[in-house]
Amino acid sequence: MNTTDNIITGFDNFELKSDALSDIRSKAIDSFIKNGFPTTRHEEWKYTSVKDIAEKLSLTTKRASAGSLKESAVNELMFAGKDVTLLVFENGLFQESLSSPLPNDYIIKNLASVLNDAAVKQYLGKIAQSENESFVALNTAFVNDGVFIHVPAKKVVDKPVHILYVNSGSEPAITRNLVIAEPESSIQLFESYHSLDETCEGLSTNVTEVVVKRNGNVTWVKAQLENELTSQISFTQVEQEQDSRFSSTVFTTGGHLVRNNLHIRLNGTNSNAHMYGLYLLSGEQLCDNHTLVDHAMPHCESNELYKGVLGGKSTGVFNGKIFVRQDAQKTNAYQSNKNILLSDDAQMNTKPQLEIFADDVKCSHGTTTGQLDDEALFYLRARGIGEQSARTLLNIAFAADVLNHIELETLKHNLQSIAEEKLMHS
Amino acid sequence: MSQKPLLNISNLQAQIGDKSILKGLNLSVKPGEVHAIMGPNGSGKSTLASVLAGREDYEVTGGEVLFDGQDLLEMSPEDRARAGVFLAFQYPVEIPGVSNANFLKTAVNEVRKSKGLEPLDSKDFLALMKEKMKLVEMDRQMTSRSVNEGFSGGEKKRNEIFQMAMLEPKLAILDETDSGLDIDALRIVAGGVNALRDGNRSFLVITHYQRLLDYIVPDFVHVLYKGRIVRSGTKELALELEEKGYDWIKDEVEA
Repeated sequence: MNTTDNIITGFDNFELKSDALSDIRSKAIDSFIKNGFPTTRHEEWKYTSVKDIAEKLSLTTKRASAGSLKESAVNELMFAGKDVTLLVFENGLFQESLSSPLPNDYIIKNLASVLNDAAVKQYLGKIAQSENESFVALNTAFVNDGVFIHVPAKKVVDKPVHILYVNSGSEPAITRNLVIAEPESSIQLFESYHSLDETCEGLSTNVTEVVVKRNGNVTWVKAQLENELTSQISFTQVEQEQDSRFSSTVFTTGGHLVRNNLHIRLNGTNSNAHMYGLYLLSGEQLCDNHTLVDHAMPHCESNELYKGVLGGKSTGVFNGKIFVRQDAQKTNAYQSNKNILLSDDAQMNTKPQLEIFADDVKCSHGTTTGQLDDEALFYLRARGIGEQSARTLLNIAFAADVLNHIELETLKHNLQSIAEEKLMHS
Repeated sequence: MSQKPLLNISNLQAQIGDKSILKGLNLSVKPGEVHAIMGPNGSGKSTLASVLAGREDYEVTGGEVLFDGQDLLEMSPEDRARAGVFLAFQYPVEIPGVSNANFLKTAVNEVRKSKGLEPLDSKDFLALMKEKMKLVEMDRQMTSRSVNEGFSGGEKKRNEIFQMAMLEPKLAILDETDSGLDIDALRIVAGGVNALRDGNRSFLVITHYQRLLDYIVPDFVHVLYKGRIVRSGTKELALELEEKGYDWIKDEVEA
């Protein structure tokens, strides 16, 4: 039996198979069967082999279990501060007792409790589609739980939301987020991924679907802080309507293999999207960021900055696609990917792809991969700063401008500290 | 005179790539002395500054440099700085993301650590900064900005002198500190330097023009040409060079 056959058998025995999502689950498994797991022969997976992950997913037919995560551990992970709406998940299962009371002035629930909600039925699986994305298909077929957020029109949510995912075992955590921001609403989200300890070999797959309606504003920070044995495959699809704003910051210091797809469709005029990424890798870590901005309508702006510092034998991948469709005149699209390699064995594979079908647009892209600036290094050393400290200081400075875009001060400072800690030991 | 030199350079030879630049340079600087090094473009002035600070692009092929009795050429750039050598860069480097204050605090505390002193806490450090900022009329804002980022030419040079004031070196090497400065900036920079002349600190003032030496009056003036010091004198030599240019020296040397 190959891994795909195992998945089919697993699905036949899957206990949630017949719940309120049964229709989309069975459609998704059909899509998965059609495509199977991607291999490194697929252009989109050229540098990232998911063989081990496929094995792990295919051998798991039972739902994950929980119960090891304690409040004291959660308290250590409150990087956006205590004044947040907190939803805690262990191995993808909602932990109500560890979460904060959920507010009533907008909808924020664990997904499994609202499968019959009209908006869930309307949007789930429709934004991120399974047809050509095997991991979206698998996630849809096997999803356990996640977060559903529905912000009504004109509602400005003051308190940030912290979605905290912790792996404590080796069963895959299969989670899903659905966020709908109605017209003129606004919300700030922080999603973090952790391992309970240094030995658990966890696996997360997450799909996040976001709809930002007219003049809505959603900011999203994702921090991938797992141990170096845990892997993660995440897929985020964002749909933006007219005048909307979406900002994403993806910060990766943890993980054995991390693959992030972030796809944004600018589907209304005058909308704008910011995409920031920072990956600090060491040892044998691999982080693969695939982004896609689809400029479907005129007068929109996208701005993308991804940076990486790679040490040890780590591997980075950046693939940034920008589509500017024929109707999308007056588009501004900027993309930049900058990397520093700290060792001869680290490697970075970067590929910007611009496909422009409109003629009145401003688009630019640039990538650099190199070593630290020798002149800056000498300047610091000439002031008495030791070579190692000087390198760390420069690496921290290189990374800083990504995290500086985070608006939540507590979160920004905590992630900066985590970045500094990682760079001090790279 | 029985006082031992702080810096003693003998027969220094250095090259970059295959190009020989310093060809047997001798210079001795005692504590508290201000020496000006002048010379036409390409004579090796900046190479001398770089070699003394430990820039790795240059290969020293011969000679010896003793600083405070230690073999300077064997030391890393950071160890030279900790021992009391300070280079004010001709082209100060912009370092986005590192704040001036954070950079200087790290530098000051590393230098202190090498001397077995406790690091300064934030309060003492701020007080020290405040005191030294006055010397070069720096404002608070400049210290919270990234190192030299978006600074004008004058601000960069003032920042160099400010760093010098913070690090309190034994020997300060000013590499064309006057280049790109208007007269007001020049006056501020020179004022800062003069305030740091305390009878013990030595200076090596490298400049193409005599103008700077109106403000920072040297004890000795040397002319560097083709990698050697070809003439030494007092401040009157600088005036003579200003008046006659470098050609007469070139002619004398070539003759």
